[in-house]
Amino acid sequence: MTEPHAALAAQPADHPPHLAHHFDTLRQQFEAGKLGMWLFLVTEILFFGGLFCAYAVYRAIHPEIFVFAHHYLDKNLGAVNTAVLIFSSLTMAWAVRCAQLNQRRGLVACLAVTLVCAGVFLGVKYVEYSQKWQHGLLWAGWFKPVDEPGDPANAPSGEHGEQPRDVGIFFSIYFLMTGLHGLHVVGGMGVIAWILVLAARGRFSSQYYAPVDFTALYWHLVDLIWIFLFPLLYLIGP
Amino acid sequence: MNHRLAAEPGPDRAPHVVPLGVLLAVFAALIFLTCVTVWVAGIDLGEWNLFGALAIATVKAALVALYFMHLRYDSPFNALLFVTGLAFLALFLGLTLLDAVAYQPDIETFREAAKAR
Repeated sequence: MTEPHAALAAQPADHPPHLAHHFDTLRQQFEAGKLGMWLFLVTEILFFGGLFCAYAVYRAIHPEIFVFAHHYLDKNLGAVNTAVLIFSSLTMAWAVRCAQLNQRRGLVACLAVTLVCAGVFLGVKYVEYSQKWQHGLLWAGWFKPVDEPGDPANAPSGEHGEQPRDVGIFFSIYFLMTGLHGLHVVGGMGVIAWILVLAARGRFSSQYYAPVDFTALYWHLVDLIWIFLFPLLYLIGP
Repeated sequence: MNHRLAAEPGPDRAPHVVPLGVLLAVFAALIFLTCVTVWVAGIDLGEWNLFGALAIATVKAALVALYFMHLRYDSPFNALLFVTGLAFLALFLGLTLLDAVAYQPDIETFREAAKAR
């Protein structure tokens, strides 16, 4: 701290163009940004933690609601979405690798695939939500299942035992958790699209790829939360 | 601190690039574990369905954090931050669950009274 302007003094001969004046080295700048990103991710975990807590409390008190209501969710659509999100995490990690290795076309391609996967995820989610809406499978007091015999999306109440009290609690938690997660996917798509434009313009290199790396960290966290949401909501029992 | 970082020697300055083979292997493991968790959910194990699903999800999350999120190769301080966050989440969930069921008798009494009214 004794000579904070030591790096500045070397300007302009060897001053990297992306180095902000208050950092000594690119590495220090990168590590500081990354630390900030991890702090943000921790607050995100605690943010979702409130909903995970609600889930845990209601499942502890009313296990029968969760066992009964999860039959209304489509395991296959949930599994497909899990695979899509995991694949998008792979392409995002690959994008960081491309940026580190100065592979501009690879970076643009990986980011584009990630963006498409995020779109597919939201598309599947739209199909699921609209099915729930049509069948009256909504939150709290709006849980009024419409019986349509032979429709697998709407399991008849007799098949999985008597309908317990307050099934709407499950759907309140389902819509809040998947809805908040979905908003994070939308936000992630916005940031990835922005990074994609910058990457296409050639803004990133092995010297400067922090925005790609930090966006990837966020995207992996969105994937990580879904990895827990999928079994907790869709795979409660046979 | 600034000077120590600035003076760090060459190899440490280069970012760690995760080999493509590792990324693809982690992806394959994640897809495999997703299939396993769907398969296990089809078997009636009673309470163990929940713990099995959570155990598999934790392994998947660890793979994502260690390899996709670079925590294995990263500064240990970032990992410490992440684990501290999880510890506080555990504290939050644990303390809340301690008395979650304690108010059930009151709720039942209230419901009975409401029904009788």
